[in-house]
Amino acid sequence: MANMNPKKCPMPEQDPNVRNKNFEEVALGYTPEMAIEEAQRCLNCKHKPCVAGCPVGVKIPEFIALVAEGKFIEAAAKIKETSALPAVCGRVCPQESQCESKCVRGIKGEPVAIGRLERFVADYAMANDTTEITVPEQNGHKVAVVGAGPAGLTCAGDLARLGYKVTVFEVLHTAGGVLMYGIPEFRLPKAIVQKEIDNLKAMGVEFILNFVVGRSETIDDLFADGYEAIFVGSGAGLPSFMNVPGENYNGVYSANEYLTRVNLMKAYKEDSATPILRAKRVAVVGGGNVAMDAARSAKRMGAEEVYIVYRRGESELPARLEEIHHAKEEGIIFKFLTAPLEVLGDEETYMVKGLKCQQMELGEPDASGRRRPIPVEGSEFVLDLDAVIVSIGTSPNPLIRSTTPGLETNKRGCIVADEETGLTSKEGVFAGGDAVTGAATVILAMGAGKKAAAAMHEYIQNKNK
Amino acid sequence: MYQIVKKKTLNSNTKLMVIDAPFVAKKAQPGQFIILRVDEEGERIPLTIAEYDREKGHVTIIFQEVGATTKKLGLLNEGDCLNDFVGPLGVASHLEGLKKVAVVGGGLGCAIAYPQAKALHEMGAEVDLIAGFRNKDIIILEDEMKAASTNLYVMTDDGSNGHKGFVTDALKKLIEDGNQYDAVIAIGPMIMMKFVSEVTRPYGIKTIVSMNATMVDGTGMCGCCRLTVNGETKFACVDGPDFDGHQVDFDESMRRSAMYKAQEKEATEHHECNLHKMEVK
Repeated sequence: MANMNPKKCPMPEQDPNVRNKNFEEVALGYTPEMAIEEAQRCLNCKHKPCVAGCPVGVKIPEFIALVAEGKFIEAAAKIKETSALPAVCGRVCPQESQCESKCVRGIKGEPVAIGRLERFVADYAMANDTTEITVPEQNGHKVAVVGAGPAGLTCAGDLARLGYKVTVFEVLHTAGGVLMYGIPEFRLPKAIVQKEIDNLKAMGVEFILNFVVGRSETIDDLFADGYEAIFVGSGAGLPSFMNVPGENYNGVYSANEYLTRVNLMKAYKEDSATPILRAKRVAVVGGGNVAMDAARSAKRMGAEEVYIVYRRGESELPARLEEIHHAKEEGIIFKFLTAPLEVLGDEETYMVKGLKCQQMELGEPDASGRRRPIPVEGSEFVLDLDAVIVSIGTSPNPLIRSTTPGLETNKRGCIVADEETGLTSKEGVFAGGDAVTGAATVILAMGAGKKAAAAMHEYIQNKNK
Repeated sequence: MYQIVKKKTLNSNTKLMVIDAPFVAKKAQPGQFIILRVDEEGERIPLTIAEYDREKGHVTIIFQEVGATTKKLGLLNEGDCLNDFVGPLGVASHLEGLKKVAVVGGGLGCAIAYPQAKALHEMGAEVDLIAGFRNKDIIILEDEMKAASTNLYVMTDDGSNGHKGFVTDALKKLIEDGNQYDAVIAIGPMIMMKFVSEVTRPYGIKTIVSMNATMVDGTGMCGCCRLTVNGETKFACVDGPDFDGHQVDFDESMRRSAMYKAQEKEATEHHECNLHKMEVK
């Protein structure tokens, strides 16, 4: 008999006033008892609506049934059949708009906590599974993956499982992409990402770090080196700025720069070689997950007041509900319907001293379907600050598109690729993730990497018939 | 890991290192740079590619010991390895079609100006190389610069080598003497590049400067190195490092470069302190 409790089994968390001063993980994860209790809420539906909501098609009822029986290692193996990075996805997927949004239990009450269970199972297996990872039998074909973010890692994992010799080229000194430089430690511990990457290495995937595709070698050079198909998962790393006066005062960061310094370069540690301003009053402009990450990081870096400045209202915030909730608990102050007009700075020191803002009201829906913010006359006001973090989006880096003849891109600089196969306008080149869609989510990038891996396999098989 | 295959002291605080980095050497061009990290705990710093040998897979860097990271780098010896060394980064200098050029280097900037002068010289251009130093004791690469130029003018601020004055004085004189330059390439401290640009502006001589902004990733993903060129925001790491000196907002760039001055000073003192402890042991 299923557990008919309408609510999810709660997951323990660090206290908000403790955690907003450290970089340790906020959510502490289920115990085995909690996991079994929650797994028993799954009705094991025949038509499995949850699976349709998962971009990589994790066999959800099957793995949950194994959890309910206490077979955690077997459950992990079941997830691994379709997902390369379960410990990551269980933590950062927006389950409320994916698998859990389709769960039958969500009709009357809360859906089954699929994400929390996936996370539990992956963590449990990471700590307790002693089976050696086997290198799949090689099929003699070489493929290249450009970019070691979630799209590239997933694509590499799937191709390695099919027997390909996979080489991943990464420009930074650490693989993982946004999982390493963007999402903070308190949401996704870096040791977990590293463990997932080490698993890929154990499967025979080769990582070449500090390698700039587009400068060291072009896509065409890689084909000349004998790679039969190439996946481009180079992301959307180029930050947008607000184009308001004063944006180049010292203390104005892009969220990418702020988070890279904090996460990748570990500037949150007192003795870090990489400097960062430890500002006391900070405004983060934007309302997405990246803005929440930047604001919560700034708080942990010792800021007394941290504002989220967002030009629309609370219901329009693009960030995950859980992250907004966490940010509020930690004392982040939300300034809704507020648009920045100008960054104010000290002419002597050249440091930021404030942000001139304007109050907005919502008008008719615009092309994006969201209600358009309209300035309210005479509503200007100034926030006193010593840092501003700009988190209003990113676009794909021009390096690959500008050095790859025959690779079609659209006017936003995104690579044009088939949604189902990732096939681009250039033969043998596949692409997916933010490089194609512009800034989106980790799991969509993984889904794209997965589809592209299948299409690359088919392409190479057909070519060699 | 990237091995140091050669190390040479050029003056009291300037060192040259040849690094084994075949992927960087393969496509490097004058004007491009690398980012390195000395060790696992290190920060990422940008340095210009001073020379490269594609066949051996070697890349030469020249650096001045100005802070914690460059001092730590200077302590390494031949055979030691750098944790990370990525490049080539940035857009290569556009040197095609230039027939007569004045290349102006200031201090360590001479190491950066040298590959441009050499490339132009090899392309058959007439190269007047003006190199400026504070005094004769810190002059670097004199023979190399001589070989890479038609005329070499080494200036010292204090006249200790016999040619007293700033690089701008020498450049101004050459222009006033009737030399018609297709372009002036200025590389060195920002204040020097600013004044060189001011010298050439009234004559309308195209002036290319190499902007040495603060950087983190060096691949265009953060905007730390942004500067204002002709009223627009540009990223030095992907749009540059070369820009039109008459369009760059040098005052803004100089103030941005000083952003972490206090923290850099603290890091350097901390480093000196650690070194001292090591010596005491």
